[in-house]
Amino acid sequence: MENREQWNSFQGRLWKEEVNVRDFIQNNYTPYDGDQSFLEGTTEATDKLWGKLQALNKEARAKGGILDMDTEIVSTITSHGPGYIDEELKDMEKIVGLQTDKPLKRAFMPFGGIKMAEQSCTTYGYEPSEELHKIFTEYHKTHSDAVFDVYTPEIRAARRAKILTGLPDTYGRGRIVGDYRRVALYGIDFLVEEKSKDLANCGCGVMTDDIVRQREELAEQIKALKAMKVMAEKYGYDISAPAKNAKEAVQWLYFGYLAAIKTQNGAAMSVGRVSTFLDIYIERDLKAGVITEKEAQELIDHFVMKLRMVKFARIPSYNELFSGDPVWATLEVAGLGCDGRSMVTKNDYRFLHTLENMGPAPEPNLTILYSKRLPENFRKYAAHISVTTSSVQYENDDVMRPVWGDDYSICCCVSATQTGKEMQFFGARANLAKCLLYAINGGVDEKSKVQVGPHYIPITSEYLDYDEVLEKYDVMMEWLAGLYVNTLNLIQYMHDKYYYEAAEMALIDTDVRRTFATGIAGFSHVVDSLSAIKYAKVKVIRDDDGVATDYEIEGDFPRYGNDDDRADDIAVWLLRTFMDKIKKHHTYRNSEPTTSILTITSNVVYGKATGSLPDGRKAGEPLSPGANPAYGAEQNGLLASLNSVAKLPYTWALDGISNTQTINPSALGNTEAEQVENLVNVMDGYFEQGAHHLNVNVFGTEKLIDCMEHPEKEEYANFTIRVSGYAVKFIDLTREQQMDVIKRTCHDRM
Amino acid sequence: MEEIKGYVHSIESFGSADGPGVRYIIFLQGCNMRCRYCHNPDTWKQGTGQLCTADELLDKAERYKAYWKDTGGITVSGGEALVQIDFLTDIFEKAKQRGINTCLDTSGNPFTREEPFFGKFKKLMDVTDRLLLDIKHIDDEKHKELTGFTNKNILDLARYLSEIGKPVWIRHVLVPGWTDDDEYLKKTRQFIDTLKNVERVEVLPYHRLGLFKWENLGIKNTLADVEPPDKERIANAKEILGCAK
Repeated sequence: MENREQWNSFQGRLWKEEVNVRDFIQNNYTPYDGDQSFLEGTTEATDKLWGKLQALNKEARAKGGILDMDTEIVSTITSHGPGYIDEELKDMEKIVGLQTDKPLKRAFMPFGGIKMAEQSCTTYGYEPSEELHKIFTEYHKTHSDAVFDVYTPEIRAARRAKILTGLPDTYGRGRIVGDYRRVALYGIDFLVEEKSKDLANCGCGVMTDDIVRQREELAEQIKALKAMKVMAEKYGYDISAPAKNAKEAVQWLYFGYLAAIKTQNGAAMSVGRVSTFLDIYIERDLKAGVITEKEAQELIDHFVMKLRMVKFARIPSYNELFSGDPVWATLEVAGLGCDGRSMVTKNDYRFLHTLENMGPAPEPNLTILYSKRLPENFRKYAAHISVTTSSVQYENDDVMRPVWGDDYSICCCVSATQTGKEMQFFGARANLAKCLLYAINGGVDEKSKVQVGPHYIPITSEYLDYDEVLEKYDVMMEWLAGLYVNTLNLIQYMHDKYYYEAAEMALIDTDVRRTFATGIAGFSHVVDSLSAIKYAKVKVIRDDDGVATDYEIEGDFPRYGNDDDRADDIAVWLLRTFMDKIKKHHTYRNSEPTTSILTITSNVVYGKATGSLPDGRKAGEPLSPGANPAYGAEQNGLLASLNSVAKLPYTWALDGISNTQTINPSALGNTEAEQVENLVNVMDGYFEQGAHHLNVNVFGTEKLIDCMEHPEKEEYANFTIRVSGYAVKFIDLTREQQMDVIKRTCHDRM
Repeated sequence: MEEIKGYVHSIESFGSADGPGVRYIIFLQGCNMRCRYCHNPDTWKQGTGQLCTADELLDKAERYKAYWKDTGGITVSGGEALVQIDFLTDIFEKAKQRGINTCLDTSGNPFTREEPFFGKFKKLMDVTDRLLLDIKHIDDEKHKELTGFTNKNILDLARYLSEIGKPVWIRHVLVPGWTDDDEYLKKTRQFIDTLKNVERVEVLPYHRLGLFKWENLGIKNTLADVEPPDKERIANAKEILGCAK
């Protein structure tokens, strides 16, 4: 067992013998069950830097959203020299490092797809480099080109019809969380040593495909680690050895993350579960009297400020899917250890407190790993932050811990992944609502009239018969699941080959567990449609070609979202049926298939591509997001809606079940104290039933409408709302999406 | 014995303003009063709505027990819940057997110390943990003008509840030009001061969210032009009535 001077006073053995951050945390963290009274406000440096950043954001907005873009330099770990928020204020930046050489300047990232990288430039009036164009079209292939080379006509048709949608075939798949804490705890040299041993021990000498690929990937990882050292040197830091104090720990960790976002533009680039880990360093420095609480808060504020600056160059069609420029720099606080101790530390308060010190913000995507058994003080503080900022989300630690242990991170909006042990193949979603229409129309797309699905016999009766619909839906879903998994297999293969995440994978164990994350769109509409067919009478309206294009419902039927088992049982059946079909298929690199019910703001785009449904939703209208009940379906208030969603078993949707609810402050309680207490009660009750996720917004529709009409008002500059699985500045949404958010149920009291 | 059934207008699974904590609100159908500012005129008519038994309602309510903790429970509101006092008592009796906290939201309009009502009411109070009582106007003439009924028996109910020491929250709907006059607010406060059982006084600012219901029902709303009170008037009323800050 080695003892390093930087580890002075740290307890435990195993983490010194092997790379094992969890063991380090469990042996060294200090649970905190007090209240928030210890927290400190901002320092002068924080105020100045944040003020500067606010001005830059304003400038970017005035220029159509983009402040500056790189067109000549391909972003790599070492591509840029040092950059600061402001050259004159750079000594005030406690935590340094930018994606490029200037703040908010977007990097040129062609490896996912050169066309997209160039289009993102031209969209905002920048001229892409001719030389780079030549290199990435004539001399080097990109991920996107490779994927389209091998797509089959069937996949192309399904993609065009948007029954498969949001596929990561033109951008980075993201969702891989490097264990950035390793850089701080061990330093780069030790990590290189360990990966070098893995390379030496990789295979018995027989060069099978797997071994060759693994050896190449390890070589790439080692190069990435060495590049991180070079990158840090540019900022005047030597990260070859472990961090020796809190400031270095935050800085080292951030350098690890910076390497990831310099090389990958994944939809989700999570930071991970870093709060409790960093508290150990802060606590040691506080005890030794080398920093004050004010300085500790400053470190976290400056770190968070950096995370608020992460941006990628995107194209318009991408922005329609994921609106408001999100990066899912998801960062977790709280949770319980497997031994039952609360993992809430003072640092979990500090991270939430950044929303008070620097105001509400969508990034980092602060996520509270919730349990009724967390200290009451902390649950109340979290609820207070929700009531005042609407900027945090909650996920049920009690359902995730048994599956993923006590050191998982959230790798996107709601999906758990074991930190440093696991990676995920992100796979967007299949539109199950559209699939139901294909079942009715025998594989003919209801919008284009093209035969996209298999040529099965369509339903020709005037009224839909439940048994007939189910039978046809089952075989159509079977087709879709197969096509979907195979499309993803192909995409992941090419991503590994042409856009491998060396920086993140260098900070994950070599023997990595892989999950294969599928997803469902249109969930609640399928449930309500089937319920309408079963409990009411649904008449089919066909056009001249005999294609069913609309439906008339006669009579009443139970809807998902009212705690009515007749509808909710259909929801549970749907989830299980789809997941079982996914599982039948071979998944790339023997990954473990999972599924999710989450849709981000893409529910608007998916809705546009989906015809009228038997539940009464008209063609083109947005689908309801995630696992949320359909618009207007909830007739019995918030808790009835929550109870319906809580019935969906998390174990069948291990990639996550997202639920977004907006509560009018006056419906939550008369005073803030009452609001906080009631919100805690709501969450305790919801999660106790095994529900997975809750986005909580606390404001009234009047505020949203006023913000939409007067985006220039100062008070709305940082007005943040939670949408499916992430947070966004409301003014950054398209008007269409703003209207959609306003239309969604706001739980109000009349 | 045949189980009592009652007419239910609707339910709300998440009530956080009608009694302490998180509550399941049962809105019973039927009310005799015709308050000009009523935001639920669709609950006036008697003998319609969904016919339910107490156990059916409580089975549904108990699905929300996880949210109630120590403070929450059920609140029966309306319409005017006392119009169906037999059904209401049945709900509360069975709720108490199940260990559920009970709260009655009432206008007091059906209250009288005459029999048979009074005997029934005393039985009801045995299984009622708390009441939310509206004082719509302290002046009898104004009260009649506003609601069509006298306030004498309502104030008497308040006194009775004080006599038996039943916890009460007094509520006052603040309608500009109708119920926000300082003089009457002060008189209301003076009346409250004579009571020994008031835990809380609440001001409910008038809102216009229920106006569409009047239109749907084809009933003319005489307050259609009245705007909700502004912040200052609300603060003023809260100050005079001595609401908790």
